[in-house]
Amino acid sequence: MTFSDFIITNAPVLLVAIPLLAAFLCPVMGKISSMVRNFWVMGMMLVTAAVAFILAYRVFVTGPVIYVFGAAAANLAIPLDSGGIPIRIIFTVDAMSAFMDIICAIVGVSVLLYSLSAESRNSSLEGYYTLFFLMIVGVFGMVSTGDIFNFFVFLEILSLASAGLIAYRIDGGLAVEAALKYFILSTLGAIFVLFAIGIFYGQYNALNIAMIAERMQFSMLDKIALVLLVAALAMKCGAVPLHFWTPDAYSMAPSSVTAFLVVASQASLYGLFRVVFTMYNITMNCVTVGWIIIIFGVLSMVVGVTMAIPQKDIKRLMAYHAVSQTGYMLLGVGVGLAVLGNAGLTSAFGFMAMEGGIFHIFNHAMYKGLLFLTAGAIIYRIGTRDLNKMGGLGHTMKYTMIFFMIGALAIAGIPPFNGFASKLMIYESVYLFNPLLAIIAMVVSILTLASFVKVFHSVFMGPKLPEYADVKEAPLPMLIGMGILAAIVILFGLFPQPVVEILVAPAAHALADQGGYIASVLGGA
Amino acid sequence: MRMSRIVRTAADILYPAILIFGLYIVAHGHLTPGGGFQGGAVIATGGALVIVAYNYKEVTGWLKKNVLTGQEVTGLVGFIGVGLLALAFGQGFFFNYLVGSGSIFGIPVPYGINAGELNTAGTVPLMNFAVGIEVWGGLTVVILYMLSGLEKEGC
Repeated sequence: MTFSDFIITNAPVLLVAIPLLAAFLCPVMGKISSMVRNFWVMGMMLVTAAVAFILAYRVFVTGPVIYVFGAAAANLAIPLDSGGIPIRIIFTVDAMSAFMDIICAIVGVSVLLYSLSAESRNSSLEGYYTLFFLMIVGVFGMVSTGDIFNFFVFLEILSLASAGLIAYRIDGGLAVEAALKYFILSTLGAIFVLFAIGIFYGQYNALNIAMIAERMQFSMLDKIALVLLVAALAMKCGAVPLHFWTPDAYSMAPSSVTAFLVVASQASLYGLFRVVFTMYNITMNCVTVGWIIIIFGVLSMVVGVTMAIPQKDIKRLMAYHAVSQTGYMLLGVGVGLAVLGNAGLTSAFGFMAMEGGIFHIFNHAMYKGLLFLTAGAIIYRIGTRDLNKMGGLGHTMKYTMIFFMIGALAIAGIPPFNGFASKLMIYESVYLFNPLLAIIAMVVSILTLASFVKVFHSVFMGPKLPEYADVKEAPLPMLIGMGILAAIVILFGLFPQPVVEILVAPAAHALADQGGYIASVLGGA
Repeated sequence: MRMSRIVRTAADILYPAILIFGLYIVAHGHLTPGGGFQGGAVIATGGALVIVAYNYKEVTGWLKKNVLTGQEVTGLVGFIGVGLLALAFGQGFFFNYLVGSGSIFGIPVPYGINAGELNTAGTVPLMNFAVGIEVWGGLTVVILYMLSGLEKEGC
């Protein structure tokens, strides 16, 4: 077996194993020197990202890839003596999972590059990078796994690592309080998920998502499990009315961590979609559940943006915008779910709504990550996060200003940036479903623009303030980290068509295609 | 502040016993209830006992944070290493390449009622050892940090 065969065969597991190894060896590398440690973390992150891209390429070209842990061969889902039950832990990477893997890989590389200089002034960086890699493990695991209990395990890894990183800058106890809030809510959510898993296991004697999906009866117990899963995962992705941890956690975490927390929230969003589309699909009442998700989405959009407008803390403001943007994804995919049982409506606008929502996940991770990184660069240089104390930074931090503008215009849905491409898809398709929802979505976009114009004006415009006379541009690694995301924001905004055709449409179809998912694990069912 | 001579002597006697009992639980993880995590936690309680019996400063001279952190790293890398080694043999991640191989931990499980053969189960005991070493280090560090405030109360 050649090296390339080895990588291709084992790509799904290397996605988790490499960051784990990187995390565990990070303290050892830190003992040698900080230079060695920096090379180690950056190198391992690049290798992980490369593996993610190789895996995604394979999935998009040849279809779903499965990987069975502890088996003699990677694709041996059902052991010969198990009576047809896939008993082992399994990774099932279909187009939707691969899509999320790409997001995690891109944001992971740029955030890590940014951290190298943004966090360089802090102590105990070994712990920082170890927890950061554990977060990456959590996200990759959650989006790749094909086993619902395994999903819970990675959810917990992600929550614990995130809570540790939110509390990383103790900040007079404020960050610790935010982390404690996040940690308690995450644990509560995780217990909900565990309870739902218990219900599945008791009924269907299986933990494999494909197996549960195949045997799904939608009994009373399944309804309870659905409620528990939707509530817990909607809370984890920060949808109103369960959004209250996001402003605290996002604003108190170091900015580089916040940018990755956005991806972490989206992994929960992926979990929510995976549950409703792959496990339940049309056995449940899609219209009702679809409308519940749409209402979550609309509430998130409106409450998020209206709460964002009066904020004076730059990161808190952006955190509320993150809640608001999550609403768009829920709206788009919720509309897709509501019409799932109706083939005519699905092909008329259902798929387009789903594609819009899924494309928005990608775009949001890019521009929101970019915005949080620019906020971090500003805080790094001037030491305050209060918008009232900022001003005139456009004179000295030119590149940061340009990156901020790109991010702000993208989040407001202004062409030619990527936010416009996905929002337009959502507007068009949702308008066919229910015009009122599309109008709400557009109004929220306008309010977002208004809010970011205010931020832009108070941070960058105006005369040079005397207290910031000697402020310099952000260091080069931070600029490169932001630049990667900004380049993708522009590129995907200029050429949305190929992106939608190559990446987004297969992901949306893979999500809706329950039979294909089951067949990829259990064989031609 | 140290506790009375009676408590300290009892702690001295109990500490090796706790250590051995913890290691026993780790080593028999694949045969009896327990395993790496439980055994490691038992050993860490021994650390808690000596901190209570002696004082924090004295104990940090015996239980060094560097060594314990090193144990954590060793355990974790050992665990993932056992899994990755399977890839080197051309099998799936975490494939049990030792079971039934005849080498260490590789003899087949005896049939019928027996006392429990330690030399079975392949890579499972190795992973138990790794987890045991990791939890031993990790939990003891946690206890050291949590009890580091004992001195400041002035009791």
